[in-house]
Amino acid sequence: MVIERNTQKATNKAKKINKKNLRDYGWAYLMIAPTILGLIVLNIWPLIQTCYLSFTRTSGFGKNQWVGLDNYIRMFSDSSVIHAVINTLEYTVISVPVGVIISLFIAVLLNSKIKGKTIYRTIYFLPMVSAPAAIAMVWRWLYSSDYGLFNYLLSLVGISGVKWLTDPNIALISVIIVGIWSTIGYNMVILLAGLQEIPKSFYEAADIDGAGPIRQFFAITFPLVSPTMFFVVVTTMIGSLQVFDYIFMMIDKTNVAMEKTQSLVYLFYKYSFITNDKGYGSAIVMLLLIIILIITVIQLKLQKKWVHYQ
Amino acid sequence: MKEIIKSKRIIVHSILIIGSLAMLLPFIWMIITSLKTLTESTQVPPTIIPRQFKFSNYKDVWDLLPFGRFYVNTSLMLIFRILGSVFFSAMAAYAFARIKFPGKDFFFMIVLIQMMIPGQLFIIPQYNIVSKLGLLNTISALVIPGIVSAFGTFLLRQFFIGIPNELEEAAILDGCNRWQIFWRIMMPLTKSGLIALGIFTALFAWKDLMWPLIVNVSIDKMPLSSGLASLQGQYSTNFPQLMAGSMIAIWPMLLLFIIFQRQFIEGIASTGSKS
Repeated sequence: MVIERNTQKATNKAKKINKKNLRDYGWAYLMIAPTILGLIVLNIWPLIQTCYLSFTRTSGFGKNQWVGLDNYIRMFSDSSVIHAVINTLEYTVISVPVGVIISLFIAVLLNSKIKGKTIYRTIYFLPMVSAPAAIAMVWRWLYSSDYGLFNYLLSLVGISGVKWLTDPNIALISVIIVGIWSTIGYNMVILLAGLQEIPKSFYEAADIDGAGPIRQFFAITFPLVSPTMFFVVVTTMIGSLQVFDYIFMMIDKTNVAMEKTQSLVYLFYKYSFITNDKGYGSAIVMLLLIIILIITVIQLKLQKKWVHYQ
Repeated sequence: MKEIIKSKRIIVHSILIIGSLAMLLPFIWMIITSLKTLTESTQVPPTIIPRQFKFSNYKDVWDLLPFGRFYVNTSLMLIFRILGSVFFSAMAAYAFARIKFPGKDFFFMIVLIQMMIPGQLFIIPQYNIVSKLGLLNTISALVIPGIVSAFGTFLLRQFFIGIPNELEEAAILDGCNRWQIFWRIMMPLTKSGLIALGIFTALFAWKDLMWPLIVNVSIDKMPLSSGLASLQGQYSTNFPQLMAGSMIAIWPMLLLFIIFQRQFIEGIASTGSKS
């Protein structure tokens, strides 16, 4: 009798749980539905489409014709694509370390007990809230070789006529400077948040042991902020590999430095939406995807060497 | 010892001030140039304070481009993107964080894939979708790619995971259903996360240049970002007017940022530490 009653109870309980679970499943699917459907329609399916398009050629009537690996073969003998890969990598290799080091330096300075912290933070963050077109235009004006402020200031020390944006050897560096300038604030804010999580007692202990500020930086600050650093490095790197806005706005179509500055995403834009060769544009952006994946894998491998998770 | 601390402080401040000047210089130069006449702007040596303030530069660009429309278009784009991404992401994030259901890992994979793939890979097909729906040159075209957000789902999931179980269990005992728990208990508790996502969405939507450039080519449907870019095409050398146009475009966001700078900065900071 007792056993019977117990099993009865158990099945009742199981039924109740089942019913509750089913109801939960219903809610869960209902709640993820908009996001998941949206992502499938707007991202997952497009990803497959782009991949497919990279094997096709777009003919005049908007029909896509399967051409196999033609686009990829064409890409590897297209000097503008090869240059774009080099330009994009150069942009990344310079702007990421320089930008992140400057951001970390400023974040460390701001992490001490100083007055006016909020004001400094606000100022460094300003470029982040400005439209890229506005930033590009004012820098273009500062860089102007005839009337620009920079060349005027340089002329005071005897250097004249620097062609910031039209000299093929300088133009990319000029764009990189703008890129770094505009992301310092964003990275600094994230790094500062990471720094503030380091317990003050660590520094107090180090002070007692007589460790100087540089020693403290490498023994405490750097290892403890390294997970945040890793996040900043990865996001800045991915952002740099996708550079487009400043090149689009600062380098005119007729600029002789174009070949030495255009990035992969710029080429993607040009082929897909200006010359309307969406097949070739897709192949270029697939190449970008492959480059980003390779670099991310390297990053994940390398992080074990320098990132300390607590 | 006090002397050392004092001189250290002076060094720190001087470095930060030099850095601040480097950050501010382009903005200051933008304002100064926007008030100069064309001839004065090309003078060497350049004048620091315009000899005569030419405020009419602002009126001239305002007449040249429909900035009023740009403001409206940008605001609508931001409002719909923020509402969509915050609301849908919060719903999905709650389910991913707090409910056990079959296929959860698979669906979450979809979220992660979107986050790992560079955005340009979606653009051509997204353009085709918008074009097939006949929505080119509309506000909807500006909103559509940002209506749901994988990043937002990921971010808010981190916030929901951080909330202790007890509250939810108590609510279940009280007979609340999942929606009531989500809407009445969880949403208010993650307010800071929702604000952070809202700010993040607004910033990146407002700065996005390529998508509006592609989908909305008729001038009265452009947001500020691409509308301003079109100014350069019309006026490549009249820098006082280009600078006046830039000022007209960026001041609302700058003002919002300066007023809500704490929320902006904390919001952005939390997107870093939570991811």
